[in-house]
Amino acid sequence: MKVTVDEDKCCGAGTCVLVAPDVFDQRDEDGIVMLLDEAPAADQHDAVREAASVCPAAAILVAEA
Amino acid sequence: MTDSELLNYPISADAALEPPAEWDELRSRCPVAHVRLASGDQATLVTRYDDVRTVLSDPRFGRGTGRKDAARVANTEDGGVFNSEMATVLPQDGEGHLAWRRLVGKWFTAKRMSALRPGITAMADQLVDEMVAAGHPVDLKAAFGFPLPVWVICDMLGVPDSDRHKFAHWSDCLLSMTRYTQDEMMASMSEFGAYMAHHVELKRTERGDDLLSELIDATDADGRPLSNDVLVATGQGLLVAGHETTANMITKMVAMLLADRSRWEQVLADPRLVRSTVEEALRYDVNAGFGMMRYIDAEIELSGVSVPSGTTVVCSMAAANRDEAAFEDAARLDLTRTPNPHLAFGAGAHSCLGQALARTELQIALETLLRRLPTLELAVDADKLTRVDGLAVGGLSELPVRW
Repeated sequence: MKVTVDEDKCCGAGTCVLVAPDVFDQRDEDGIVMLLDEAPAADQHDAVREAASVCPAAAILVAEA
Repeated sequence: MTDSELLNYPISADAALEPPAEWDELRSRCPVAHVRLASGDQATLVTRYDDVRTVLSDPRFGRGTGRKDAARVANTEDGGVFNSEMATVLPQDGEGHLAWRRLVGKWFTAKRMSALRPGITAMADQLVDEMVAAGHPVDLKAAFGFPLPVWVICDMLGVPDSDRHKFAHWSDCLLSMTRYTQDEMMASMSEFGAYMAHHVELKRTERGDDLLSELIDATDADGRPLSNDVLVATGQGLLVAGHETTANMITKMVAMLLADRSRWEQVLADPRLVRSTVEEALRYDVNAGFGMMRYIDAEIELSGVSVPSGTTVVCSMAAANRDEAAFEDAARLDLTRTPNPHLAFGAGAHSCLGQALARTELQIALETLLRRLPTLELAVDADKLTRVDGLAVGGLSELPVRW
């Protein structure tokens, strides 16, 4: 799995961090998404898919390997 | 269709916890519907998930604040909350909105909200202590649902929560669609503005450990500070947004779970379900209020219907959240539903700034009630619960419970 985020679309809602805190974080200075792990381990895949699907700005893209 | 046949919006509903019958019909037969608002103005209502998400996510469209031909929400001269001075002072769209949003948004990150958890939990426990001491039955809205988020947002802003009866009145006036006159709304907004301006002045003299103090010194990416007017309007906006919606949602969530007590028992037996239960309650809420407006200034197509430039579109997120095309078994409350891409907080660049805070408060409220009052039940029949009418934010008038 390969994860990409679109910082310009991100609205800083933090939904991804609440769902998958090992993969996503937010910058302290403006709340915009930070990708911690662009190739997360298999045990994170469900959480990452959920984070992408509930992102209010559709700013997370997941490419399944 | 003649004028008198227009559907009035908001659609009135009898049962507090059931969706209006019109939603199914609108989604299936009339997904782009003409409606009349409390102001008498006409607007276009969308109820399908895809349409609501499309409109809210389109960065071209704003609320239409200040546009002469945009539909007004309230039956007063200025048309209510979206045209209030508070709303017009804040940057509405584009780069200005983005800069403001990022400056304020950093105080509402998931990490900051997690750090607030112990404090919010202690407050929730204290409220339950007071309920237990007073004895049942008790109105859970007044005793728990309302004071918890008020305390949290007051603490964040650095304003005294002992003034909460004032906030409640100002907030009701601001969110009124039919309940107050223009003069009452203006008087209340002017008091509220003066109150917040005074607090900003106090913070300028003596900084505290709070968001207003931090925002006074904060600058955007180009090094510019917020103007005083924007600071005051931001404080007002956060105070109103920070308590009214969440207070109502805590109350409605508990009502949904207790109306069919097997739901309460399911999450009681497995507290890991708290997170998905909160999301499902947000999706399932039929009494979410007005929804969100967008002024369409470039023609678009929704569900195959052309929507001309100059149209005010009302997005019913609550109706969209019951769309079978987006949610399997949408009419069923499923506490394990995952993922749950509901639209309760909107979508796109304007989606709720405080959603991580709201989620945290809702989760803590539920965890605390389950832990402290596992025998909680309704003290009236669920069909006796009544809605609050005439405000842009939906809620129950009270929630009598015992344990």
